[in-house]
Amino acid sequence: MDMKREYYEDVQLFKSGVVLFWSAALLLGLFTFPLYAPNYYIYLLNVIMVHVILAVGLNILVGSTGQISLGHAGFFAIGAYGTAMLMSTFHIPFVAAIIIAAFVAAFFGFILGLPALRLEGPYLAIASLGFGLTIMHIIGAMKIFGGRMGLKTPVLDLGIPQLGLSLPVTNDLQKYYLILIIAVIMVVGAVNILKTRVGRSFVAIRDSDIAAEVIGVNLTIYKTLAFAVSAFYAGIAGGLFGFILGFFDPFTFNMILSIMFLVMVVVGGLGTVSGSIMGATLITYLQYDLFKNIAEVPYFGKFMLYISDKWFTTVGLENFSSMAIGLIMIGIIIFEPLGMFGIWIRFKKYWMTWPF
Amino acid sequence: MPFGQLFVEGLAIGACYGLFATAVVIIYKTSEVVNFAQGEMAMFSTFVAFHILNFYGYPFWMAFLITMLFSIAMGVLIEFLFLRPAKHPTILGMIVITLGAEMFLMGLASWKWGAEQQFFALPINPSVTYEPIKGMIINNWSIAVLSVSSLIMLILFVFFKYTRLGTAMRATQQNKNAAKIMGIRTERVFSFAWGFSSLIGAIAGMFFASRATLDPAFMMEPFLRAFAAAVLGGLMSIPGVIIGGGLMGLIENYFGYIWPEWKPIVAFIVIVLVLCIKPSGLFAKHYVKKV
Repeated sequence: MDMKREYYEDVQLFKSGVVLFWSAALLLGLFTFPLYAPNYYIYLLNVIMVHVILAVGLNILVGSTGQISLGHAGFFAIGAYGTAMLMSTFHIPFVAAIIIAAFVAAFFGFILGLPALRLEGPYLAIASLGFGLTIMHIIGAMKIFGGRMGLKTPVLDLGIPQLGLSLPVTNDLQKYYLILIIAVIMVVGAVNILKTRVGRSFVAIRDSDIAAEVIGVNLTIYKTLAFAVSAFYAGIAGGLFGFILGFFDPFTFNMILSIMFLVMVVVGGLGTVSGSIMGATLITYLQYDLFKNIAEVPYFGKFMLYISDKWFTTVGLENFSSMAIGLIMIGIIIFEPLGMFGIWIRFKKYWMTWPF
Repeated sequence: MPFGQLFVEGLAIGACYGLFATAVVIIYKTSEVVNFAQGEMAMFSTFVAFHILNFYGYPFWMAFLITMLFSIAMGVLIEFLFLRPAKHPTILGMIVITLGAEMFLMGLASWKWGAEQQFFALPINPSVTYEPIKGMIINNWSIAVLSVSSLIMLILFVFFKYTRLGTAMRATQQNKNAAKIMGIRTERVFSFAWGFSSLIGAIAGMFFASRATLDPAFMMEPFLRAFAAAVLGGLMSIPGVIIGGGLMGLIENYFGYIWPEWKPIVAFIVIVLVLCIKPSGLFAKHYVKKV
């Protein structure tokens, strides 16, 4: 769409002044958001931002490198359990704990990347799905992780309590700012990764792994690296998610969660950072807010309740979310394979060339 | 539990995996789509049978027949509504569509029948046992599974080898465009494959449900194991899948006997090992990637 005349134009963080302006406006809006939003939305926004971190990381793997993963709930779980365990059992400060946990997740990503060197398409999807289920099962079966009873997260403390530098983060508002700062760092990091040699190697592998190998991209290194980077993002997101929940058990990280992550990436748009942000926001909002409280939506909620009462069960109405998201997944592939980013591009093109 | 007993049970559950894996393979063979919704399609059909039996009180053979018709219609409808409109989807797109169908069916089933576990019984009594050889106790359920799955395998073998439609399906799998030029209505072939595999999946689903309990998520783990069986057999050959199913059942049963804690992850280990060592499976011909 837009032509690049020199290398510098390709690597700069913001494509133009307009993008810079709107990014700054968005950031300003997010930083001042708690001033004019009800408290419930802070919690929702925390979940959204954690999912944004994860979706951006997953998009590096699925969208940019072209490897399918249905096992990201596993990395998410490693991040959550790792951070909580390191902090409560080994008394490591939060910042170090979450980074160590994310590196552990990245290591597991590297391990999953090894079979991925020989697998592709549906085979890889199944292998990663099995990986996610395995992680869930291992955590559930081992006593030190709290088993099936779950685990309670320790107090989130940004300082080093042993040295008397205590900086506890307790309510949702404080968590909001912490997660926002981490999310911004992670998103900027992802944008930068995609503009470097590493990112271009990922894209080359996606377009054709044989051609990439011919032009000198080391497949072994870059494929496993893509898995590791993506798992690192999932680890960070998982560590934060644990603190939002306060309590979790292995079944929090089930296969449906992995599918939801993939949906965020696909709905947002493959291979774009802004797309994953949009996708994660939309899907999380639908899943956690709109579809969850479908009975309270004006008119439509009454209609759904009537249908449930007549033909279905009223208790099961909460499963409407799963149904609707299933339909969204099918619809997005049929009608808009490029996702929300594709809709945006079409809109932009229409606007720029109007009235022709 | 003695060795022989494990063998018989493993073979029976393996036949069940093999039957279900056949449903996956039929779709993969014709349209190269791995149907992640297969388990949920079987789950939904089983729930329909459950509903007919418990709410209308029909006899079992009647419920079975209605369920079979329903499952065929569901398979054809899913292919027609969800997969056919997608123009030139990528592999990821196909996977997302079938995952979407899975989520949809799961949500619909939980909405209709609730998430609690139900009891589903076949008209066979699993506590009736025989002991033909000493140390090998075989119950009615295993006999039913083994006989039904061998009957279906036989029908499939004859069908793919000797009928026009079976030949058309094989031709479509080899080269869709060439098959079209030869006058094969490939889209009809796809519909047929989906209906057929949905039917086989529904039969396998009833066996699984009568062995454990019936709830909207009960087919998730059997799906992964059946897929492991399919991968063992090579995802392309039906005889391979039967042997793969048997092997998978045996591996799982012996493994589960030695380390009961880790029984659920056997399938994953099998998948990864087979795909890493011999990606074409144990029985399929060598797999060559088209560039």
